[in-house]
Amino acid sequence: MAGITLRQVTKKYGTLSVLNGIDLDIADGEFLTLVGPSGCGKSTTLRIIAGLEAQSTGDVKIDDRLVNDVRPSQRDLAMVFQSYALYPHLTVQQNLMTPLRMRDLNFWERLPLLGFLVPGRRAKMAQIEEDARKVAEALKIVPLLGRKPGQLSGGQRQRVALGRAMVRNPAAFLMDEPLSNLDASLRVHMRAELSELHRDLGATFVYVTHDQAEALTMSDRMAVMMDGDLLQLGPPDEVYEDPQDIRVAEFIGSPKMNILPGESDANGTITCLGLTLDEGLATPQPGKVSVGLRPEHLHVQPRETAECFSGRLTYKENLGSDLFLHLEMAGVENKAVIRAKPHEVDFAAVGETVWFKAESGRMRVFGTDGKRVALTAPDTKRKVG
Amino acid sequence: MTFRASWLGEFLKHSVLLAGAVVVLLPFYLMLSYSLKSPAEIESNTGGFVGAQEMMTDRRCLKAGNPPEDCEMRPIVYNYTAAFSEAPLLRYMLNGVFVTVSIFVIQVIIALPCAYALSKLRFWGRNVVFGLVIFCLLIPVHAIALPLYIMLAKVGLTNTYAALIVPWSISVFGIFLMRQFFMTVPDDLIDAARIDGMSEFSIVWRVMLPTAIPALLAFGIFSVVAHWNDYYWPRVVITGNRDLMTPPLGLRMFKSDLDGNEYGPMMAASTVIVMPLVIVFLLAQRRFIEGITMTGMK
Ligand SMILES: Nc1ncnc2c1ncn2[C@@H]1O[C@H](COP(=O)(O)OP(=O)(O)OP(=O)(O)O)[C@@H](O)[C@H]1O
Ligand SMILES: [Mg+2]
Repeated sequence: MAGITLRQVTKKYGTLSVLNGIDLDIADGEFLTLVGPSGCGKSTTLRIIAGLEAQSTGDVKIDDRLVNDVRPSQRDLAMVFQSYALYPHLTVQQNLMTPLRMRDLNFWERLPLLGFLVPGRRAKMAQIEEDARKVAEALKIVPLLGRKPGQLSGGQRQRVALGRAMVRNPAAFLMDEPLSNLDASLRVHMRAELSELHRDLGATFVYVTHDQAEALTMSDRMAVMMDGDLLQLGPPDEVYEDPQDIRVAEFIGSPKMNILPGESDANGTITCLGLTLDEGLATPQPGKVSVGLRPEHLHVQPRETAECFSGRLTYKENLGSDLFLHLEMAGVENKAVIRAKPHEVDFAAVGETVWFKAESGRMRVFGTDGKRVALTAPDTKRKVG
Repeated sequence: MTFRASWLGEFLKHSVLLAGAVVVLLPFYLMLSYSLKSPAEIESNTGGFVGAQEMMTDRRCLKAGNPPEDCEMRPIVYNYTAAFSEAPLLRYMLNGVFVTVSIFVIQVIIALPCAYALSKLRFWGRNVVFGLVIFCLLIPVHAIALPLYIMLAKVGLTNTYAALIVPWSISVFGIFLMRQFFMTVPDDLIDAARIDGMSEFSIVWRVMLPTAIPALLAFGIFSVVAHWNDYYWPRVVITGNRDLMTPPLGLRMFKSDLDGNEYGPMMAASTVIVMPLVIVFLLAQRRFIEGITMTGMK
């Protein structure tokens, strides 16, 4: 079991900077998710931890041991790849045994034919087979032991890949989008199973995904990355509730947060689309701001009332339990989305104007640099937006 | 397209293909046929494919002073026994097997790590090295035969097995072919092997080699066929010692031994020499074609 620390890790490919100084402390036994859009450097970060890629500058420590110059196999980590990367010519059992054979047998014992002559090899092999079998039992893949990877379904391959990572009892598991090749229902199932596995093993998991649902449901903490920067690190609900950067706010949450243009005056009062909001800037600073409101914090009004936002309904997206209303609003670039219960919005028809209000205390305001700005408590003297 | 037009098109296509097949197969057919017939039938061009197989007299047998009734035999028996008795054909074939197998094994031992480095390791100057490999592909062996011969002669290696094997131990074609194949092996597989604790050499032999079997088979056929059939190079370096001769070289020596125009035994010897290749090809036909189509060099 081990904690992992990254200090000011950068990575450059030629002149292209892929990671711009990542600082990350992963606690022992933690399930940490690296999440971010495609190409933001998640895999690169993971591969640097694994030692498959060398960082340009910065330090990687595992359990306070500096491992910058330590070979991947000596770092006592296991990795699960998106493509599973099983050895295609070996059976499932041999796949499971390979990491143990490489670790426990010496050079002579691994030689084909000659190896059988080395005394003591039999006992070691028996132990290895036993270990592989235990893992196969835990993952319920015993009936597959004799098959080759080509004869397995995607889900089964995924289990074997997990098994190959587990046999060595590594200090930490690194997983690079291990579920992204599975179909939707299996993916949801495997999420639960991975969480369970994490609880049972008590090992450190570093999990890379671009799927925020996986990040939100499985992790103890999630690290949101974008363009080679680590933007925010925290428990999923904190990241969801209190995004510190407008990019995080927009990336986490589905449908994504609505961003409305606003303006603050010298008193810190914010006006947004002609309405004055009930919260103002804690440190007043005149200028443009972005007002973020999540779809579930917007409520449709049956008729026009004072201090309402309005927009033209362009699309009703029915998900059964929820209904998303897509609205075109004057002065807003993207369509605004409202989450509602189907029965609450029976009356709204596509093409008509819909009025809605924002729940008090739910808005998140970002400055022009994209950073979050603090607000005062809701002020009753100001108008409710 | 109407039925007629397409029928005509098919007919034309097939006639051309058939004509091509005849051109390719005719020499082979003649070789087989001559190896079965008596000298008289060969000379008069009669007897169809197998000949009449009438009893004939072996003139050498008579010369050796045997009674005529012991020298009566069927042409097919005569041709093939002559092939084996007149020249150490078996010895030539064993030489051929030893040389071709050694060449192939050494080529693989050298080409796989090279191909692995060229396809999967990032190092300074990799593209230049690969460019050199391509460049070497363009050099015909005949152009460097003389310098090679002189070098071998200087170290006293002419008329040895080494002279037959060493110049071919590095196959740039093999390196190129395997490199192209390795490019298609996913990087993740190699990274997984590294994490599992394999060294780079272990990866080559334990991961790359097994996944590359079809490509290796294709390369093996190219290599074995080329060196089994090679006449030029053995002719250059094997000058005196007949014990070292490979089958094609032996075949030529053999011809000069026979008096006159006895094509029968010679064709029998040729048949014996090509048979191993034909049999191996028939056995491995499917894998071979798989290998060639997969490596993308049709
Ligand atoms: N060997 C390389 N040479 C040059 N650029 C590279 C190399 N490997 C990765 N990159 C670049 O580094 C950036 C980060 O890549 P990385 O694989 O870490 O992204 P990612 O966050 O894992 O994305 P995804 O979700 O698509 O897997 C990308 O812009 C990619 O183009
Ligand atoms: Mg990735």
